[in-house]
Amino acid sequence: MDFGFTIAAYAVAAVLFILSLGGLSGQESAKRAIWYGITGMAIAVVATMVGPGQGLWLLSVVLIAAGAMVGYQLATRVQMTQMPELVAIMHSLVGLAAVLVGFNADLEMSRVAAAFGEAGLAFPRPEEVSTEAAAFAKQFTGFAAIVAKKTAVEINILKVELMLGIWIGAVTFTGSVVAYGKLAGKVDGAAKKLPGGHVLNATAAALSLLFAAMYLGGAGIWTLVLLTLLAFFIGYHLIMGIGGADMPVVVSMLNSYSGWAAAAIGFSLGNDLLIVVGALVGSSGAILSYIMCKAMNRQFVSVILGGFGGTSGPAAEIEGEQIAIDADGVAQALNEADSVIIVPGYGMAVAQAQGAVSELTQKLRARGKNVRFAIHPVAGRLPGHMNVLLAEARVPYDIVMEMDEINEDFPDTDVVIVIGSNDIVNPAAQDDPNSPIAGMPVLEVWKAKQVFVSKRGQGTGYSGIENPLFYKENTRMFYGDAKASVSSLLPKID
Amino acid sequence: MANIAGYRAVIEAGNNFGRFFTGQITAAGKVPPAKVLVVGAGVAGLAAIGTSTSLGAITYAFDVRPEVAEQVESMGAEFVYLDFEEEQKDGAATGGYASVSSPEFREAQLAKFRELAPEVDIVITTALIPNREAPELWTEDMVASMKPGSVIVDLAAEKGGNCKLTVADEKIVTENGVTIIGYTDFPSRMATQASTLYATNIRHMMTDLTPEKDGKPVHDMEDDVIRGATVTHGGEVTFPPPPPKVAAIAAAPAKEKPKELTAEEKRAQEVAAFKAQTKSQVTLLAIGGALVLGVGLVAPASFMQHFIVFLLAVFVGFQVIWGVAHSLHTPLMAVTNAISSIIILGALMQIGSGSMLITILAALAVFMAAINIFGGFLVTRRMLAMFQKS
Repeated sequence: MDFGFTIAAYAVAAVLFILSLGGLSGQESAKRAIWYGITGMAIAVVATMVGPGQGLWLLSVVLIAAGAMVGYQLATRVQMTQMPELVAIMHSLVGLAAVLVGFNADLEMSRVAAAFGEAGLAFPRPEEVSTEAAAFAKQFTGFAAIVAKKTAVEINILKVELMLGIWIGAVTFTGSVVAYGKLAGKVDGAAKKLPGGHVLNATAAALSLLFAAMYLGGAGIWTLVLLTLLAFFIGYHLIMGIGGADMPVVVSMLNSYSGWAAAAIGFSLGNDLLIVVGALVGSSGAILSYIMCKAMNRQFVSVILGGFGGTSGPAAEIEGEQIAIDADGVAQALNEADSVIIVPGYGMAVAQAQGAVSELTQKLRARGKNVRFAIHPVAGRLPGHMNVLLAEARVPYDIVMEMDEINEDFPDTDVVIVIGSNDIVNPAAQDDPNSPIAGMPVLEVWKAKQVFVSKRGQGTGYSGIENPLFYKENTRMFYGDAKASVSSLLPKID
Repeated sequence: MANIAGYRAVIEAGNNFGRFFTGQITAAGKVPPAKVLVVGAGVAGLAAIGTSTSLGAITYAFDVRPEVAEQVESMGAEFVYLDFEEEQKDGAATGGYASVSSPEFREAQLAKFRELAPEVDIVITTALIPNREAPELWTEDMVASMKPGSVIVDLAAEKGGNCKLTVADEKIVTENGVTIIGYTDFPSRMATQASTLYATNIRHMMTDLTPEKDGKPVHDMEDDVIRGATVTHGGEVTFPPPPPKVAAIAAAPAKEKPKELTAEEKRAQEVAAFKAQTKSQVTLLAIGGALVLGVGLVAPASFMQHFIVFLLAVFVGFQVIWGVAHSLHTPLMAVTNAISSIIILGALMQIGSGSMLITILAALAVFMAAINIFGGFLVTRRMLAMFQKS
């Protein structure tokens, strides 16, 4: 039985998904794009339920409704600062679902094989189809029907696809859980490795290959289980070894993996929509990872292998001292300034200071000052993290600039306020060839007439690198919790 | 020393000037502020401007190098502009010092001074051109047109003076009651200050000469300071030193002009870029095509059908994602996350299977994917709703 209608629906859904991703090129079209995505998903699910997945649809509806409830709760309760965690944990769900679907496909295959065996027919199907076998295959529905028609080569390919899907899904699952733990602060953010380091990963990967070969040779489902366990371990160990500052890359990488897992499962189920969407998501995540890596001037491989590479020499000595300033001084400078640029970082997210920052922006703008935001591509712990926070605090997006747009304007700027960011404004990236972050593009805040750095204490940034910006003559340190600091400025602006 | 001279010049002028510098309105009447003109805004000129403005006088300043206007204004004085069109040689090219100007320029300059002469109370001239006699800037007729009681301080007296009436080391009073001060020993009149500063300078010089801090001088002829101060070295006369290599601080920082490419160069670049791009694209296509063909040789047709779809989807994905705005990366991740739960289709297809175990596993997968779909889309919508224009 062919589902011409289902295929047509899938085509429509695929187009809608593509439009939905393409629509994200601008803030306004994005609002429409999200509806394309929702509609596409709805069409796909309904088409599947009335088509190939028609068995037990009542159960499906109940489960989807239950999932919807949970999803709704999650989506409405989450704080915007917790976005990275939410995205990470959601990836893990996709990964786990991929693993389950993969296992099901294998179980189904064994079931079909057993049924054929009982009926005394050859399975996988030989090249010459006997009418008997074809008639027997008709009793299966859904996925089993597809399996029943496959030849030996096709079954082997199916197995490879299955393993890929399960393996990637499993890595995504544990990786995302660990990433979630790190982002939520439940697991220590620092890069950690079990003794053995990469050798352990390599061994696990080699063993995976071995079990994969055994599974192909017909060794049974236990090899698949072992394979999954190994993949779980790799996902866990891989992400544990990556430091917190690299999280934007990790999250987009996991995003990519979840897409590839879906695509692999799509191959094994022979479902084109799964393949299309999986490929879309996979390539999207890959591009995001690439953009993030480029923004940090790091090789993708070195991020994945974790930790910062060794430095090529001693870091340049920093002379001078950090000079502190109080709220009155900052407020006075702000009152006198004509142009202000605010550089937010993860610290702003941690302190939940975006509301206060927004209020400060409004007050300054009301006085005719030119206030803008400079966002480094890897500010925060998720691509575009800062934009979302500022948008939440009702900062208009047309004054929020990208690094490339605003970097040239710093010399003409009176006051720069750095809120909770560190490495992305570190001049050592340009001046000190020995710095671990040398060559990383940074916001050139030190070229402005005055720089205020709002910071909790004298510590270094996530990468643990000393920041010469804090010692510059035109820099003043504005110590304290970002939210309290910015709030204390508000009554003083007039 | 020039700094001291500039400061002292204002003090000496005040000493010989019969009125307040600053304007006052008192019960006993209104006092207009003194008007001071500083000619030449070098170190001495700037020091004089600073002193004079801080005493409350209205200060004008003039210099042949228009690029110092900013410095003059930063000291609180008004820069006197000439209505004169001439390609001004950038002072930076001559090490920040003034050079000889054209006769036409000189005329325009004198005309401006003539216009100012009756107004100003105090004139401080500091105009010097290296290795030349001081230019005459304040002519006799200007002196004659000044108000009685006015003061001229000529800091160029040593080199003949910017005013021809100046007598070096003397203070004279002209017929119309203008005091002209031609002292050449201003630093000596503030001996303590001068000595302190001089001593510090010498100490720095010593530091420069003995980089090892062991008292042994290292005569580095590459060092601009040491080279400039050296008259003979190794039995050879090394005077005069070459002009300083660096542009003087006084000069406006030379702007790096982006190299203007000619149309041809631009085209050549474009062509080269285009060729490189074509090359890389063709290479990629060739490799990709070969790989696909390789797969096609082994894999059965049923697989290849899906494979083509996969390739096209990856391609579309790459094309589409590059257009996504940076600021929307978080919503992008949430959306892709939501739509990657398309895996629910697989689970839905399996849920109707005959085996109980499969049904349970599939049901679990459906449940999780559903969480993801709704959570992902809702959260994206929440985020996007927050983006708004000002």
